[in-house]
Amino acid sequence: MSATDSTEHTRRDFLYVATGVAGAVGAAGVAWPFIDQMRPDASTRALASIQVDVSGVEPGMSLTVKWRGRPVFIRNRTEKEIEEARAVALEDLKDPVARNANIAADAPANDLDRSAGEGKENWLVMIGVCTHLGCVPLGQAGEFGGWFCPCHGSHYDTAGRIRKGPAPENLAVPTFEFVSDTVIQVG
Amino acid sequence: MSAGHSTYTPKSGLGRWMDARLPLPRLVYDSFVAYPVPRNLNYAYTFGGILSLMLVAQIVTGIVLAMHYAANTEVAFNSVEKIMRDVNSGWLLRYLHSNGASMFFIAVYVHIFRGLYYGSYKAPREMLWILGCIIYLLMMATAFMGYVLPWGQMSFWGATVITGFFTAIPLVGDWIQQLLLGGFAVDNPTLNRFFSLHYLLPFMIAGVVVLHVWALHVTGQTNPTGIEVKKKTDTVAFTPYATVKDAFAMVVFLALFAYFVFYIPNYLGHADNYIEADALKTPAHIVPEWYFLPFYAILRAITFNIGPIDSKLGGVLAMFGAIAVLFVVPWLDTSKVRSAVYRPWFKLFFWLFVVDAIFLGWLGSRPAEGVYVAMAQGATLYYFAFFIVIMPVLGLVETPRRLPNSITEAVLEKKSAAGAPATEQAKG
Repeated sequence: MSATDSTEHTRRDFLYVATGVAGAVGAAGVAWPFIDQMRPDASTRALASIQVDVSGVEPGMSLTVKWRGRPVFIRNRTEKEIEEARAVALEDLKDPVARNANIAADAPANDLDRSAGEGKENWLVMIGVCTHLGCVPLGQAGEFGGWFCPCHGSHYDTAGRIRKGPAPENLAVPTFEFVSDTVIQVG
Repeated sequence: MSAGHSTYTPKSGLGRWMDARLPLPRLVYDSFVAYPVPRNLNYAYTFGGILSLMLVAQIVTGIVLAMHYAANTEVAFNSVEKIMRDVNSGWLLRYLHSNGASMFFIAVYVHIFRGLYYGSYKAPREMLWILGCIIYLLMMATAFMGYVLPWGQMSFWGATVITGFFTAIPLVGDWIQQLLLGGFAVDNPTLNRFFSLHYLLPFMIAGVVVLHVWALHVTGQTNPTGIEVKKKTDTVAFTPYATVKDAFAMVVFLALFAYFVFYIPNYLGHADNYIEADALKTPAHIVPEWYFLPFYAILRAITFNIGPIDSKLGGVLAMFGAIAVLFVVPWLDTSKVRSAVYRPWFKLFFWLFVVDAIFLGWLGSRPAEGVYVAMAQGATLYYFAFFIVIMPVLGLVETPRRLPNSITEAVLEKKSAAGAPATEQAKG
């Protein structure tokens, strides 16, 4: 301690604070790589896009493909399923947002905006991961004839929209496009 | 108590030489030989020793299992089967480790309930209690990551569900989940880091256990009366009294452990974990290990939105809250009387809480539908009410029974009530 009891700030005080701050910044700089290394690495991040031939998928059939370590559901819906999904009023939905990566983020969750779009309303492409805690829902099951997550009981309708149970959001629609009439590219 | 005077006197020349340089024998003598413990400790107080034994057992079996296990998704599942079939005594070591985890949790739950019943958390033992809560949290993290390592279906989907909790956090949730997983889904990077951390955490537990025992030896142990030690006749020496009692309890506990290992080694596990992990197929019914079931039931009980908090975040907050509330128990309980023995109403609510916790555990093993959800909601309500309403209110309105003047008096009263002649008249 200094011999004088002065409460005045001295140049030495400034040096102490400056040294401390420099040390803290340095420590944070060293800590960051140790945290950063835990994030997805380059090979995981590399946008792996996959092409899927859907020519053999008749109405009423589904295909599950693996994309970025997760299942993607591709379903060719029946007329009945589309009708059912269209008949639902937006007010009845727990999550009124389309959750479709291909259109505006705030688009409403009507059946058209959930599907592959005009002329391709029969196609539904979704990441097959329950928005609750990440289980894979079972197809053509549950109270709404769409998907049912066996883990905690979330029911999705035939457009993959959450209707009942703990999941907060509709099943996510990933970025995808039809590169030809029978080939879908996911990612 | 050990902070007081030391009665250690080295007997040999080497002992005196050592004592002047590194007084480790003195520390051991003062902490585990001459250390005074209340004379009325019952068998509920032996679980601290049992827990130390289980920690050592888990570390020893774990270290040897790590010599045969490979943390890679291509081979992890098969390496565990190889341990079971090819490695000499591998089946025994693995069953000791997997059942040891369950035994560890049985012991810690008895230990925690004992602390709640006898008011062990009250001043001046708040730090002791909080350190115990930290150990419990570390135990849960360790057990969860250990369960992922065999890379079975329950390993994979348990990891998916539990890391999915973090996506409930607004804004940064997905970033945190990817940080934990090292990818967009549970995969090889996840398995690798979980193995690394599963190996690290037990040693962190050991470190906190040292602090826990240190804090215990500063304040001294509680006892069933909840009255502090006041005079020498209230205590007995740690060795031989507590040492022998602890050792006997350990032997009985090990017999139970051995029964599980040798007769029903998979009783506490799940058959689905003998199916290799499949990222495209969720088992029909995901359940965590039994020791997490009460919290799992609380998670699933929140099926409704609460204001701006959606049901998913609400469930996760309730689940973490169920553990977080333990940390503030010393300040929630307003009663001046420590032990439930002298608190008739608290005793009743305590046992209701025990039943409630077990009931929640059972509900956690049921599917999340129909009447089970409603029952889980009721049980969750009581779980929180016990801590947040009953504990503070009861301390203010309850009339406790008359407290004995000292531990000695309580012991002698009990003796004479049992018909045995009282040899010493206690004077408080």
